[in-house]
Amino acid sequence: MNESAGSSAKQPGDKQIRQLDHVVIRFAGDSGDGMQLTGDRFTSETAQLGNDLSTLPNFPAEIRAPAGTLPGVSSFQLHFADHDILTPGDEPDVLVAMNPAALKANVADLPAGATVIVNIDEFGKRPMAKVGYAVSPFEDGSLADFTVHQVPLTSMTVTALEELDVAKRDAVRAKNMFALGLISWLYSRPVESTIAFIERKFASRPEIARANVAAIKAGWAYGETTEGFAVRYEVKPAKLPAGNYRNITGNTALAYGLVAAGVQARLPVFLGAYPITPASDILHELSKHKRFGVTTFQAEDEIAAVGAAVGASYGGALGITSTSGPGVALKSETISLAVALELPLVVVDVQRAGPSTGLPTKTEQADLNIALFGRHGEAPVAVVAASSPSDCFHAAIEASRIALKYRTPVILLSDGYLANGSEPWRLPEISELPDLQVSYADGPNHTLPNGEEVFWPYKRDPETLARPWAIPGTAGLEHRIGGLEKKDGTGDISYDPANHDLMVRTRAARIEAIDVPDLEVEDPDGDARVLALGWGSTYGPIGAACRKLRANGHSIAQAHLRHLAPMPANLGAVLASYDKVVIPEMNLGQLSQVLRARFLVDVVGYQQVRGLPFTSTELESVFEEVVKNV
Amino acid sequence: MSEAITESGPRPGTAFDLVPKATAPQTAKEFKSDQEVRWCPGCGDYAILAAMQGFLPELGLKRENICFVSGIGCSSRFPYYLDTYGMHSIHGRAPAIATGLAVSRPDLSVWVVTGDGDALSIGGNHLIHALRRNVNLKILLFNNRIYGLTKGQYSPTSEVGKLTKSTPMGSVDWPFNPLSLALGAEASFVARTIDSDRKHLTSVLRAAAEHEGSAFVEIYQNCNIFNDGAFEVLKDPESRDEALIRLVHGEPITMGKEAEWSVVRTGWGLGVVESSTVDPADVVVHDETVADPSYAFSLSRLPGLDLRHTPIGVLRSVKRPTYDSIVRDQLTEASTGTESGAELEKLLHSGDTWTIL
Ligand code: SF4
Repeated sequence: MNESAGSSAKQPGDKQIRQLDHVVIRFAGDSGDGMQLTGDRFTSETAQLGNDLSTLPNFPAEIRAPAGTLPGVSSFQLHFADHDILTPGDEPDVLVAMNPAALKANVADLPAGATVIVNIDEFGKRPMAKVGYAVSPFEDGSLADFTVHQVPLTSMTVTALEELDVAKRDAVRAKNMFALGLISWLYSRPVESTIAFIERKFASRPEIARANVAAIKAGWAYGETTEGFAVRYEVKPAKLPAGNYRNITGNTALAYGLVAAGVQARLPVFLGAYPITPASDILHELSKHKRFGVTTFQAEDEIAAVGAAVGASYGGALGITSTSGPGVALKSETISLAVALELPLVVVDVQRAGPSTGLPTKTEQADLNIALFGRHGEAPVAVVAASSPSDCFHAAIEASRIALKYRTPVILLSDGYLANGSEPWRLPEISELPDLQVSYADGPNHTLPNGEEVFWPYKRDPETLARPWAIPGTAGLEHRIGGLEKKDGTGDISYDPANHDLMVRTRAARIEAIDVPDLEVEDPDGDARVLALGWGSTYGPIGAACRKLRANGHSIAQAHLRHLAPMPANLGAVLASYDKVVIPEMNLGQLSQVLRARFLVDVVGYQQVRGLPFTSTELESVFEEVVKNV
Repeated sequence: MSEAITESGPRPGTAFDLVPKATAPQTAKEFKSDQEVRWCPGCGDYAILAAMQGFLPELGLKRENICFVSGIGCSSRFPYYLDTYGMHSIHGRAPAIATGLAVSRPDLSVWVVTGDGDALSIGGNHLIHALRRNVNLKILLFNNRIYGLTKGQYSPTSEVGKLTKSTPMGSVDWPFNPLSLALGAEASFVARTIDSDRKHLTSVLRAAAEHEGSAFVEIYQNCNIFNDGAFEVLKDPESRDEALIRLVHGEPITMGKEAEWSVVRTGWGLGVVESSTVDPADVVVHDETVADPSYAFSLSRLPGLDLRHTPIGVLRSVKRPTYDSIVRDQLTEASTGTESGAELEKLLHSGDTWTIL
């Protein structure tokens, strides 16, 4: 965090105020300590101050992992700045550790000079021994590089709530709000919105609301009065494009995008879903928006979820199913059916670390292969990937647009990081959103040699190659569709070899014919010989690394693929125009492999699968290496 | 039910209140598609198709508002042969696909055509969940107790010890009783009929069509190629009266040419005894509306492995709110009447927002 010189000022209470241009804070505690809520609230306070921000929640797969253990640690990292930023930050400047496990699990990520605020009440012999601290970390010198504040968060919270009629247990549980009050004071964040939030959340339990509000205020007051914190910080608002903003997570943005797609297409939305981490929030969110004509169907399994979505699409709705990798595997056969039926279908895959159950709460982008190829037979679909939490909104609209216009399954890739991470989002005007309206077939579309007007369910639009969407209830268009190969045009069952060859090629051509925009390349210096290419959630770290590199005098170009199938028409030319193309991926090189096979370019892949996003520092050194050697 | 056979046109207060009605009389021919029927000659499926083509005009719904969804198997070719809307989908998944269709389109009469392998093996999960939800679907399970399309392996309804290509020493699986399974899955309508008895078949189809919610109909269907005569005991004039129990709502349950056999309460359930040995007042009078499913379940358990005492007709038909109507009610309740663009604007701006000038 860079301090600007000479910007210190005195303020009442004799505390100095220092200006910073950006800060990375990580809140860490037991999974039952309320760290996600604390982080969310701090984020909300920060957003309203007008900082740019980016968040990274990180939590265990268990709902309540054993208390005080390393696997039970839940954390929430927030990066906020007075300028636009792209990532949740590589290393925390400040770590708030609610117990020894939280300290132990996170201390290795801290750079020298970081601030550590610990809840000293929890650092008894036993809890320390539980995570392997034979000697107290405050005595063994292991924290020598950091500024350590030992704050008795629990006991001060309990004391602060003595006057109130709350059970000791509830008082202890409010310690996260004490910590929030303290950190809000330290970084000059207003707590009014959090107080209002708590009063709303606990409206039916006023005593709990009072306790939490009192804890926040006590934390704030503690900061103001204690000698321990001599300096207070400010981060000025960022100069972002004018507009109305809100903070949003990827899953919420994605759900809103699906609602918006229904509105823009003037179609009912039908979501079939089976609960699965980290996609369930899309089901939860859409369930709240029935007023838009959104039906949510919690199915008996992943297969039924996609099956019902196909059924709804057949009936004329925008059929959607949301899941994660294991669910995509189960849905594979039904997606192939939708390929044969040529019906609109959006399949949302919020990727998580696999294979199998893998690391269900950790991020990865290793489902690109299954999205592109994971079906039997030649079964091409369109694939769209979101690049940031707020981009999930626009990516969902784009996926729906393609599905409706081309009557095809579209796989929309998000991932665990985008799903739970958040950032400020400049709210679009409804008038800026694309019109997705398509029309159903309403009459005959073919004239037989004898002059008879008939309806052919597989007679295509010559431009889009899409077949007519003729929904049940339309008189005169009664027809049968199915998974058996169909005769071109009539849609009758056909076992003719030449027809099958034609249909396979036509289905492929139909996907290739989808109108996707050209790939845009960002190369501010105009002389870059290296291109950093990514897809999905690596957009932030790749962009941040490129900025750092350019700031150090190197040229590097950046481009990001939103459309993975079909790929932009200019992609081959773009790849060919650089000496080196480097592709970071959170998998073992799936995009690299596709591009090598398709364009015969010797791309440089860089991969990690640690369940966490890339850091920009890591990518900076990777890119630098490539740039220096061209 | 006997009235139902002769009566024509939709009756009010039934499953298709929301389905548009035909404005002119329809004929069986109108419901025949132009596709060549490709079942083996002599297959029981032909009789079921003919019964359906004969019955649909009687139902009096607009042809375009009827949709058949099937899975995979011989029976699942059914939709191709009816000039309604239809989808021949994938193995076992028809109830799931039909659920999405029925929930989003109350103006359709949605039928699922499936077989013993399709519905009870690969698609068992979807079948039981469609039934428990009581989605407005009519599920016709053509049970031939064999896999036909894959050329003769034993199925989940094949008798133990069945010799097939995959079980040269006899199958060792215990079979499902489809009606018992449907009842255990909370089905609100459960019936059985036979391919060879067109009159009975039609009456059951009508009762199923009119039922609000999921209707489950098992149709005994002869596969003359791989399991010929599986239901012969129920069809042969010599044996059928001794073997079949024809259930009629409101009438005592008896069997035999002269009603020599009667169904009475025994032990935990029902049993068949010689009529001469019981007080006629003790003979169970069939009531398909009994709320407790154990009654219908006891009926479903009457036949032995030799199929003697097989009940046909409607075992259970009870009223329960349908899944799709409740889903629609929630949509209506949630509706604000605001123009959707304005509502979307409100949604995007909900929560904490701020403005940058
Ligand atoms: S194999 Fe059996 S069930 Fe299939 S069409 Fe032939 S006779 Fe009918």
